[in-house]
Amino acid sequence: MSAQNVITTPPLEPAQEIPGGAGSGKPAGRGRAGRGSRSAKETLRLGNILTTLVLSVGAIVMIAPLAWTFSTSLKTKDGVFELPPQWIPDPFVWENYARIWTAGPLLTGIQNSLIVACSVTIVGSLTSALAAFAFAKMRMPLKNVLFLGLLSGLMIPFPTLMIPQFTIFASIGWVDTLLPLIVPGLFGNIIMIFFLRQFLNSIPDSIVEAARIDGASYLQIFWTLILPAIRPALAAQFILWFMAMWNDYLAPIIYLNSPGTQTLQLVIANFNAQYAIQTDYPLIMAASFVALLPVLIVFVVFQRQIIESIALSGSKG
Amino acid sequence: MTTTITRRSRLHRKEHRAALAFVAIPVIGFLLFTLFPLLFSVYASFTNWNGISAPVFKGLDNYTKMFGDRYFLQSLWNTLYMMIGIPIGLVISLGLALAMNRKMRGTTFFRTVYYLPVISSIAAVAILWQWAFNGDFGLINQGLALVGIDGPNWLQDTATVKPALIIMAIWKGLGYSMLLYLAALQSVPRYLYEAAALDGATAWQQFRHITIPMVRPVTFFLIVTSIIGGSQIFVEINIMTPTGGPEFQSASIVWYIWQKAFDNLQMGYASAMSVVLGLLVFAITFIQFRLNRRNQFSID
Repeated sequence: MSAQNVITTPPLEPAQEIPGGAGSGKPAGRGRAGRGSRSAKETLRLGNILTTLVLSVGAIVMIAPLAWTFSTSLKTKDGVFELPPQWIPDPFVWENYARIWTAGPLLTGIQNSLIVACSVTIVGSLTSALAAFAFAKMRMPLKNVLFLGLLSGLMIPFPTLMIPQFTIFASIGWVDTLLPLIVPGLFGNIIMIFFLRQFLNSIPDSIVEAARIDGASYLQIFWTLILPAIRPALAAQFILWFMAMWNDYLAPIIYLNSPGTQTLQLVIANFNAQYAIQTDYPLIMAASFVALLPVLIVFVVFQRQIIESIALSGSKG
Repeated sequence: MTTTITRRSRLHRKEHRAALAFVAIPVIGFLLFTLFPLLFSVYASFTNWNGISAPVFKGLDNYTKMFGDRYFLQSLWNTLYMMIGIPIGLVISLGLALAMNRKMRGTTFFRTVYYLPVISSIAAVAILWQWAFNGDFGLINQGLALVGIDGPNWLQDTATVKPALIIMAIWKGLGYSMLLYLAALQSVPRYLYEAAALDGATAWQQFRHITIPMVRPVTFFLIVTSIIGGSQIFVEINIMTPTGGPEFQSASIVWYIWQKAFDNLQMGYASAMSVVLGLLVFAITFIQFRLNRRNQFSID
C-alpha cells in the first residue's frame, strides 16, 4: 500500500492534448490511435474493437488445444494422421467414447477420485471451519503461535515430506489403498483455515457473545451462527479444494499401483502410455476429455464464486 | 468482586478448552503429516536408507555426493531454466488484464476462456500437449506449417524440449495471473489517472508510474508463488517425457527425487535432495520478502 506515494511524477513534457478518455482508469492501449482528429468517443470505440480483436485471437490460441483434443477424440484411428488435418472429423466416431470404458479402468478411476475428493473436502472443510472459528472468534492461550505454526507449514513443499509420509503409510500397510490420500486431508487445510478466519474477522464478535449469554454452547454457535455466515467463503474454498484433489497426481502416483485403486488422473496417464504405442490417439483423447469434463462443468456453473475467491486470495496474499 | 473474577476466569477456561479442542485437529494433522515428516526427512538425508531396512548413518555423504552427481545438477539446471516462463507469462497476463479492464462487451466470456486451462487437470493437459507437440501430426507444427516453418520434433529434441514445456506452462498459468492483475487493476482509484491526465501525463507515463506501482503487490505475490510452484514441476515431465527427456534435458528436481526414491529406492539420497529443495523454496521466499521490503522502502 506504500505504493500510493509514488504517483507524484511531474509532467515530463509540455502539456499535450489529453489522450481521449485517459481519465477513465484504463491507462494503456488507449488513445494511441487517431488522437486529435477523432472525438474521444470514436477513439474509445476503435480501441474496444482492436482490443476485442486481440483478445479473440488470444482466446483462439487458448481454446485450440482443448478443441483439438475433442476433435481428435472423435476421429478414426487413421484419421488423426491425415494431412492437412481435419478440424471437423469425418466421420464422427462417437464409439470412441464407448470404447474407453472397457479399454481401461476409467470407471473405477472416476469412483476412486470421487471417494478421495468428496471425503477429504467434506470432512476437511468442517474441521477447517471449526478451527477457523476458534482462531477468529475465541480466546485461547498460544493462539498466534499455533496459527503461525500452521501457516509455516505452507512454506514446506510436498516433495520434502513425501518420502517420510510414504514410509509412515507403508509401515501400517496403507500403500495401494486410497487411505494415504484421504487421511491427511481430513485434518483440515491451512489455506482454507486462513481464508475462513479472514472472512470471520469481518463478522462482529457481538453475535457470538450474544449467543453465549443466551446459553448456547460453542458447538451450537458454530453450527447455527458461524456456518451459515461463512457459507459463501466456505463454498468457494470447497470448490477450489475439490478441484485440486480431483486433479492431484503426485500423491496418487506414489501410493497407488494396481489398476483397481488408481484415481482418474493416473488412469488417463496410463491410457496415454499404453495406447500411444498402438497410436490409438482418439482413445487417449476421449479418456482425457472425460477426465477434463467434470471440472470444466463445475467451473462454468460456479464461475462467479470461483473467480471471485481466487481474485480475493491473490489480494490477500 | 472476587466471585465475579473467579466466575470470569472459569468462563475463560471453558472457552480456552473449547477453542483448543477446535484447533486440535489441524494441529495434530500438522504434527503428524508435516512436522514429523520434515524432521524425518532431515534425519534420513544423513543416512544410507532403502526404505525397507534400518537407515545407516553416513554423515554428509549424501550432500557431497549430490554436488558431484551430473544428473542432479542437470535436473537443478533444467528446473531453473524452465522458470524463464514466469516473467514472460507475467508480462502477457498484465497485458491481457489491461485489455479486459476496459468497459466493453465480452470480457466475462474472455475471462472464462482464458481461465479454462488453469482449472484443467495437469495430467490431461500434459497428455493433450504431448499430442500437440507431436513432430509429424501435432497441432503446433501444423500451425507452423501454415506460415511455412518446418517445426521440430519438440519433445524429442534437446534444443526444444524445455521451450515446449515452458510454452505449455505459460498457456496453463496465464488465466490465473491475469485474473489477479485484473482484480488489482480494478482496485486502483480512478482519480489517480484523472489527476495524472490533468498534469499532462501520457498513457505510457500513467502506465509506468501509476499502474505498475499499484499492481506491484500482485506481481510480487505471483513471482513468489510461481517460483515455488515452478521449483516443484513434476506432472508434465512425468507424463510428457517419462525418461527425463532427450539426454535428461527435461528432468526436474522433483522428478529426479521421485525417481531416486521410488524407482531406485535410494531414499536417503532422495531425502537429501528433497531437503535441498525445501531449503531452496524457503530461501527464495525469504529473499523475495526482503527484496520486496527494500523495493517499497526505496519507493517511499
